Amino acid sequence: MSTVVDTHHEHDDHHDHKPTGIKRWLFTTNHKDIGSLYLLFSFLMFFAGGTMALVIRAELFQPGMQIVDPHFFNQMTTMHGLIMVFGAVMPAFTGLANWMIPMMIGAPDMALPRMNNWSFWILPFAFIIMLSSMLMPGGGPAFGWTFYAPLSTTYSTDSTALFVFAIHIMGISSIMGAINVIVTIMNMRAPGMTYMRMPLFVWTWFITAFLLIAVMPVLAGVVTMVLTDKYFATSFFDAAGGGDPVLFQHLFWFFGHPEVYIMILPSFGIVSAIIPAFARKPLFGYASMVYATAAIAGLSFLVWAHHMFTTGMPVFASLFFMYMTMLIAVPTGVKIFNWVSTMWRGSMTFEPPMLFALAFVILFTIGGFSGIMLAITPVDFQYHDTYFVVAHFHYVLVSGAVFSIMAAAYYWLPKWSGFMPDEGLAKLHFWCSVISVNILFFPMHFVGLAGMPRRIPDYALQFADINAIVSVGAFLFGFSQLIFLAVVVKCMAKKGQAAVAKPWEGAEGLEWDVPSPAPYHTFDTPPKIEAPIR
Amino acid sequence: MSSENTQHEKYYVPDSSIWPLIGAIALGLIAFGAAHYIIEWSNEEAGFGHWVLLAGIVVLMVMLIGWFRDQINESHQGLYSEQMGRSYRQGMSWFIFSEVMFFLAFFGALFYTRMIAVPWLGGASNNAMTGEVLWPAFEAIWPLTTTPDGRETQAMGWGLPFINTLILVTSSVTLHFAHHGLEHGKRGALKLWLALTIVLGLIFLSMQMYEYVHAYRDLGLTMQSGIYGNTFFLLTGFHGMHVTLGALMLIVMFFRVLKGHFNKENQFAFEASVWYWHFVDVVWILLFVFVYII
Repeated sequence: MSTVVDTHHEHDDHHDHKPTGIKRWLFTTNHKDIGSLYLLFSFLMFFAGGTMALVIRAELFQPGMQIVDPHFFNQMTTMHGLIMVFGAVMPAFTGLANWMIPMMIGAPDMALPRMNNWSFWILPFAFIIMLSSMLMPGGGPAFGWTFYAPLSTTYSTDSTALFVFAIHIMGISSIMGAINVIVTIMNMRAPGMTYMRMPLFVWTWFITAFLLIAVMPVLAGVVTMVLTDKYFATSFFDAAGGGDPVLFQHLFWFFGHPEVYIMILPSFGIVSAIIPAFARKPLFGYASMVYATAAIAGLSFLVWAHHMFTTGMPVFASLFFMYMTMLIAVPTGVKIFNWVSTMWRGSMTFEPPMLFALAFVILFTIGGFSGIMLAITPVDFQYHDTYFVVAHFHYVLVSGAVFSIMAAAYYWLPKWSGFMPDEGLAKLHFWCSVISVNILFFPMHFVGLAGMPRRIPDYALQFADINAIVSVGAFLFGFSQLIFLAVVVKCMAKKGQAAVAKPWEGAEGLEWDVPSPAPYHTFDTPPKIEAPIR
Repeated sequence: MSSENTQHEKYYVPDSSIWPLIGAIALGLIAFGAAHYIIEWSNEEAGFGHWVLLAGIVVLMVMLIGWFRDQINESHQGLYSEQMGRSYRQGMSWFIFSEVMFFLAFFGALFYTRMIAVPWLGGASNNAMTGEVLWPAFEAIWPLTTTPDGRETQAMGWGLPFINTLILVTSSVTLHFAHHGLEHGKRGALKLWLALTIVLGLIFLSMQMYEYVHAYRDLGLTMQSGIYGNTFFLLTGFHGMHVTLGALMLIVMFFRVLKGHFNKENQFAFEASVWYWHFVDVVWILLFVFVYII
């Protein structure tokens, strides 16, 4: 037993001492503080990346060159992608993991609390470095967030070095964050919280953390090769020295494909928590959800080259990657089926978290279907690098991952802040978002199928009308998010209706056993879990 | 099974710590400084990059010393539990797994270029015209001693690396003996075998340095000499960096052993260093087979 001064274990809430002032946030080891920091950072980055998206859409409102020059346009597409992937979506999920996983499994904190704070504080530095690269002579990275060689080697500006090192340290941050999550789940579960009793959000993050630890080092390797190719005259991606630019794509997508599942698996966990709560029925097919998640993660290592069908791979390789990709539709279909079956004959109500979760199920499925279209090799030859691809991955990332994050925020804000999100504003936010996101991304399918290439600042005249509509949708969607900001600020300012410990009637899980707002320290002594909680 | 995984005693959560923030500042300075240093170096201009990089390294060292000092003190105060030991061990295992994946990227590059890129440049598969049109004189061989654009180098032999392999494998064995000594309370044997391991590690590193001089001076094998040199230098270079880190860890462990730290129950830092050393050993064996011999 330890010699900790605190001897009154039974009164967990009594020593609810929080440090005050700025030091609380700088030196914290508390999973809730660090979770809040992650979430706020991600929110900031969401608006930064969103502003860049609006620059892109403003330029594309009409054909011809309007507002920005092409080189700056390319910087905007690049930084928008990098910021949204590494700065908005991934930190948001890590923030949710920090806040919720210890409370969901009955742990006092994350397993490695100090390393947790280190993981977070690396991120602001990484993004300062990344953004500062735009001030370099010749501008910032302009090669797309996928930084294909030779665009990022032979044809890039000096800012590439800043980009590479920023990626390096944010990779370190992600790996440490993932190690923390995986160790917390393996080692900190309360007695009786067996693996197959864990909430699905914990399960999906468990698998996500494994993917992160497996692929972020590969990203570190590939940016290192970009660095040496550009500055130290190596030839990894240069055929003149025996290398191959296609090698870059293999390495990048070996990271990149699991990466897209890193950005969606935690969403599955969130939706699997919210739909049963508002359908007032246990989740249909818990075990199959777990196995489906694991199957998706396993397959994600075997499909990377479906991003590369047009590089001239041997036919056998194309076929292999096509079939493997299509196979992913099976476990994903299991999940969609389970969510729908959970709702079947449930007593459904439509509070804001449920609205976003429902929109997730429908719109993510649309993104999944366009994914199957893209998986068909010969058809992909037509779709490759067009707006169809842009439409596809924004359906799964914006109306998928981002909607699930918003659903999670509305679902757990009462627990975080102690106040209910303003329902009127939240519903307004939902309807504005769900309508505008479809005005924004659905027409992109059509211009894409008609052959409009992505990542160019100008386009042929026949695409003008649809692009104007898309840009209008983009601005509507962007400004709708200010409503979300208002709801969050209202909760943080402790305005509105106070929340009870369990504000959602049908919600299940240990996090609803503690008061709202959650005390600074929860489950110092682990609770005993007797029966499955879902 | 899972009820054995968890236990009822209180898990120590440190109140707050300055070191994570210092560590983040250190990594920020290192990244910013290294990037600017490389940019300035490649443009042959004076700048501030190397100073920022240096400052970052100093701050990182301060952070490591401070953080580990806190941890050691907490451990000696008996704040840790068996469950916490499991957290550390699992954390270290996953860290080593991430390192494995880092090396996999470079081994992947090696296998891809050897098995696919270089043969295709030479006209294999359905690429007959690639070779004919681009570099008709190019011959696909490995080690690639003449690049498609005609840069020449000599291949590295495996005589010295073979001796190095024996040294590193031996060091793994001696480290195992040291660990055995710790487990059975034989402090003398522990110190002796640990010191021997460190010496072997340092011999390995100096032979690697000699090999690099040999490659640059005698063989013309450099970073610029095409994909063979690239895979050779990045794989052995990153391995060498990891051996250096492992040796530093073992040196720290040696001084901690001298101060009387560690026993059968409380030895996580030692164990982690041992695991790390075995890991760099295994990577070397793969390197020796795939980079030098085959």
